Amino acid sequence: MRAIVTVIGKDKVGIIAYVCSILAKNGVNVLDISQTVLQEYFTMIMLVDASGCSLPFTDLSALLKEEGLRESLSVRIMREDIFEAMHRI
Amino acid sequence: MINKSEILQTIEMIDQQHLDIRTITMGISLRDCADPDVEKSCRKVYEKIVSKANMLVKTGEDIEKEFGIPIVNKRISVTPVSLVAESSKTISYVPFAEAMDKAAKEVGVNFIGGFSALVHKGFTVGDRILIDSIPEALAVTERVCSSVNVATTRAGINMDAVKLMGDIILKGAEKTKDAGGMACAKLVVFANAVEDNPFMAGAFHGVGEPECVINVGVSGPGVVHTALKSCAGAPFDIVAETIKKTAFRITRMGQLVAREASRRLDVPFGVVDLSLAPTPAIGDSVADILEELGLESVGTHGTTAALALLNDAVKKGGVMASGHVGGLSGAFIPVSEDAGMIKAVKRGALSIEKLEAMTCVCSVGLDMIAVPGDTPGSTIAAIIADEAAIGIVNNKTTAVRIIPVPGKTVGDSVDFGGLLGTATVMPVNAFSSRAFIERGGRIPAPLNALRN
Repeated sequence: MRAIVTVIGKDKVGIIAYVCSILAKNGVNVLDISQTVLQEYFTMIMLVDASGCSLPFTDLSALLKEEGLRESLSVRIMREDIFEAMHRI
Repeated sequence: MINKSEILQTIEMIDQQHLDIRTITMGISLRDCADPDVEKSCRKVYEKIVSKANMLVKTGEDIEKEFGIPIVNKRISVTPVSLVAESSKTISYVPFAEAMDKAAKEVGVNFIGGFSALVHKGFTVGDRILIDSIPEALAVTERVCSSVNVATTRAGINMDAVKLMGDIILKGAEKTKDAGGMACAKLVVFANAVEDNPFMAGAFHGVGEPECVINVGVSGPGVVHTALKSCAGAPFDIVAETIKKTAFRITRMGQLVAREASRRLDVPFGVVDLSLAPTPAIGDSVADILEELGLESVGTHGTTAALALLNDAVKKGGVMASGHVGGLSGAFIPVSEDAGMIKAVKRGALSIEKLEAMTCVCSVGLDMIAVPGDTPGSTIAAIIADEAAIGIVNNKTTAVRIIPVPGKTVGDSVDFGGLLGTATVMPVNAFSSRAFIERGGRIPAPLNALRN
């Protein structure tokens, strides 16, 4: 299942590594990645494939949220379908 | 692939503009629960609701987490109880309401609708018992919602029922006077009620509906409001186009969730109800949208036109986004549930008369309006009659959810809590409608009923 991971927070060293290591540990494959820093704020968007994930999707979502908060980051994962539905006919 | 700005736009809609699925409502037929023995029948009602809906809340929560879209309410609507309870030998249907309430608590839904009767042309024995049971039923239960349909375009207005409902509303308020007349916040009097409405308090599972069905109500006044900020001063053509595009996106999301819920629960998908439903939260207001269009306060001259445009554009945008559109579909204007409306009442800009005009062009009717506790039943009945007349002549659904707050008078405030919000008591016309309401009988169906 393809999903979009977004990470928003104050920029600092190692955010990408931090988030990617959580994903890797749980068998989530990163397909595409894009990031920018705008006025000190870090925004990263990743397209991932969660079909090999060892956790149920809802647990993965809760884990990312929790681990993100630990580093003062807003991390969320949402199924790609929702964006397709809203922005493509 | 979806581009970055679209992804961030969606997240901003959810985080800052209160975009959400307002409700996933499971409609359940109770037609097979009738029994001459009241206790047996109530047990069947309880068991059927629990067996059909036991996974509803869990499924809703799972979808919420996976898609990242808040699903605010999970609810249930059932066959109008007057049809189910009529076979039972009893003089009160309160036990049925209690069975519904118990089932709602068991499965974890916050409201269950369908303690209802359809009496637009007249009463059966069961309809009368049900209506007489409403004040008690709503006072002793927490989550049960009730509705009575008193008029249709095809049948005209049952003025005996209108008169009766004026008194029932007063009784309901009296029975829950410690809670500000809370029972009346759970009671809707309809004209042209729809069978597949997912929104409370007026939801029931109509007789033409299948055994079980999933209907979804979307919302998003905040998203429309934000979109309109980008077209300040622009002509109405551009305003309408902007609302349509936004409504399309919101509805697509609703359609996706509806399909997903239907698949997971193995229950057929019914409709998406494209409604702009406000909540008391700041930034989730229909009044704000109307004011964004250039009105100093909602309620001033121009409000009806603004609402007409909004209502129409929401439907046009949403209709292509969903396979089946139904329910009430349009803009809701519940006074206590909308921070902007309450502000307008407080500053004296919004009256019941203006709200009545607004109901000619919005999706429902006079909704969540608090009036003084000493308002006569005949005046409440006359307010219902006016709304029903607007409904049947214009072929639209209208409704009255009015709360005569015991012990309170004009300008007082009453808090219903949660999504029901806080209302300021509004004045009603002091002149009597009693002799008019006393006539009883039926107002004949309008000429436009004869469409064959």
